[in-house]
Amino acid sequence: MRLGYPKNGKFGEFGGRFIPETLVPAVEELEEAYLKFRDDKAFREELDHYLREYAGRPTPLYFAKNLTESIGGAKIYLKREDLLHGGAHKINNTLGQGLLAKRMGKRRIIAETGAGQHGVATAMACAALGIKSEVYMGFKDTERQKLNVFRMKLLGSTVHPVKEGTQTLKDAINEAIRDWITNVNTTYYLLGSAVGPHPYPVMVRDFQSVIGEEILIQMRHLEKSPPDSVVACVGGGSNAIGTFYPLVDKDTQMFGVEAGGIGVRTQHHSATLTSGSKGILHGMLTYLLQDRYGQIQDTHSIAAGLDYPGVGPEHAYLKDSKRVNYDTVNDAEAVNAFLTLSKQEGIIPALESSHAVAYAMKLAKKMTRRETIVVTLSGRGDKDVEVVERYLEEHV
Amino acid sequence: MSRIRDKFLDLKSKGQKALIAYAMAGYPSDTETIGIVRSLARGGADIIEIGLPFSDPLADGPVIQNASFLALQKGMNLDRFLRIVRRIRAETDVPLVLMTYANLLYSRGYDRFLSTIKKAGIDGVIIPDMAIEESEGYLRAVRKNNLDAIFLISPNTSPERIRRISGASSGFVYLVSTYGTTGGTKKQFQKYTLDAIRNAKKILGGRIPLGVGFGVNNAEQARSLLKSGADAVIVASAFLRLIAKNPNSRSHPKIVAFAKSLKASTMPE
Repeated sequence: MRLGYPKNGKFGEFGGRFIPETLVPAVEELEEAYLKFRDDKAFREELDHYLREYAGRPTPLYFAKNLTESIGGAKIYLKREDLLHGGAHKINNTLGQGLLAKRMGKRRIIAETGAGQHGVATAMACAALGIKSEVYMGFKDTERQKLNVFRMKLLGSTVHPVKEGTQTLKDAINEAIRDWITNVNTTYYLLGSAVGPHPYPVMVRDFQSVIGEEILIQMRHLEKSPPDSVVACVGGGSNAIGTFYPLVDKDTQMFGVEAGGIGVRTQHHSATLTSGSKGILHGMLTYLLQDRYGQIQDTHSIAAGLDYPGVGPEHAYLKDSKRVNYDTVNDAEAVNAFLTLSKQEGIIPALESSHAVAYAMKLAKKMTRRETIVVTLSGRGDKDVEVVERYLEEHV
Repeated sequence: MSRIRDKFLDLKSKGQKALIAYAMAGYPSDTETIGIVRSLARGGADIIEIGLPFSDPLADGPVIQNASFLALQKGMNLDRFLRIVRRIRAETDVPLVLMTYANLLYSRGYDRFLSTIKKAGIDGVIIPDMAIEESEGYLRAVRKNNLDAIFLISPNTSPERIRRISGASSGFVYLVSTYGTTGGTKKQFQKYTLDAIRNAKKILGGRIPLGVGFGVNNAEQARSLLKSGADAVIVASAFLRLIAKNPNSRSHPKIVAFAKSLKASTMPE
């Protein structure tokens, strides 16, 4: 079940490298560099240094006592990735890839961003490492995540609003890929999720696996055993794969939570694994939301970071092999979890992470008080307060 | 029998090279597409590429992106594309090449998709995001349906890869002229483009023709590519710009004239 480093980038039938020929030398160079440095002692030490001293690792595994008691089921622990520098798990990956880009001699980094968290994490890592960065962001997302746009600018990055297509994460990725094709000889594309052509999905997974590895160590101290269940939200799926991967061989039930939007039976959701079909997008074979002709469909989620019609290929594999259960939480449930965690624990979760919290609240009810759930709180919700405020005005 | 191969052989016997021109299915409308293809052929296009729009055309620049978006908004899909192709095929024998993205084929099933387009009259297929490593199932279906698989190479493609890619290609090999998406507007090609043509020709020899496209906007540019050894020039966005500027059938005489000027560059001196 645990796939390690997949030869030719295949997770079962998923993944691979469906890319324009111009990018082939670039991904080959990237793969070579990644394989060279991932086990390199000096590289690991430098990355560990930045993760510890700059990003703030390890993150706490916090027992959500109030939430647990109010539900009266399984013990709920929160893996506090929201406490990382920048406020999200994204920095784990941007520091890793940033250091790799630096070793590859790249002087310009481009990235895409949905909610803006990966853009901010890229801008931070690039500022710290002294590399120029430019971020593509769907115009619709720049409007609903204004704070993050300003943060990226403060951090020295250039933000390019993308007005093509649906003006969200998918289009930001398209535009970043086009930039990469144009500047392939000088530019490093720092992809933020476990998606795209090989080796990105495996590389992002590896850099994010620190989440699951810490959960194992911390649970050994706290509960003397791995968690009975883990829950993480899935857009592209980077925090989820980082949570799941180190636990794949353990006796832990795993739940990936997709954005149900207004409802999975409507056209307005981003539940790729739950209701999508196989297809090719952004260099990978995976599950997609598409029409009967193969055109990619518009998606919706109140959480910009989940608003994506594809999903990381390893998740597609984990779904088909039934190792992970994928389910959905809709906008209303996510907002409710956002409010509940804020009030009961004094923790404002990102709307993306709120999907995982909402699912864990349902799951805990069905489990005994002796069992444990770890929820990966992938980011903090300061960026979302305006969106939630507007949602409440419109829906109350 | 391959219409594309026969066309290249025929042109060679006349000392000519090929002009490959592009139309986007459904842009600006289904009926217009047929008129545009007719004009391209009348202007001397030897092979015609027809784009089937995809929602996420990541190898394309703003011009084709915009045309794709508008065509999809008007409801372009495979069924309507097939209707257009059948009507074109009924009136001309010009080789027709489909250009689209991998997902439209994959989601339908390679064989199912390719057998329907073959029946409608398509001769070859160009898929910019179909890397050779991923092409096993696609190639099997291409061969089964007697279509030509036209793969792309780029100025940074290694000689070994060019060999491998050209070995899997039939019809012609498509060299992307520049680092970038379709529709570049630079006035002149840089030296690396012309070097890439020479290098590719050295490897391909006479086994399979070499077409060069991306950013070809006028006859002078076409001539420079052909002089460096290209067997065909491929012009797409430049035609779409002309259509955007001249709505409705007013564009037709301009398309004919522009195609003629490009075709002139392929004639023996």
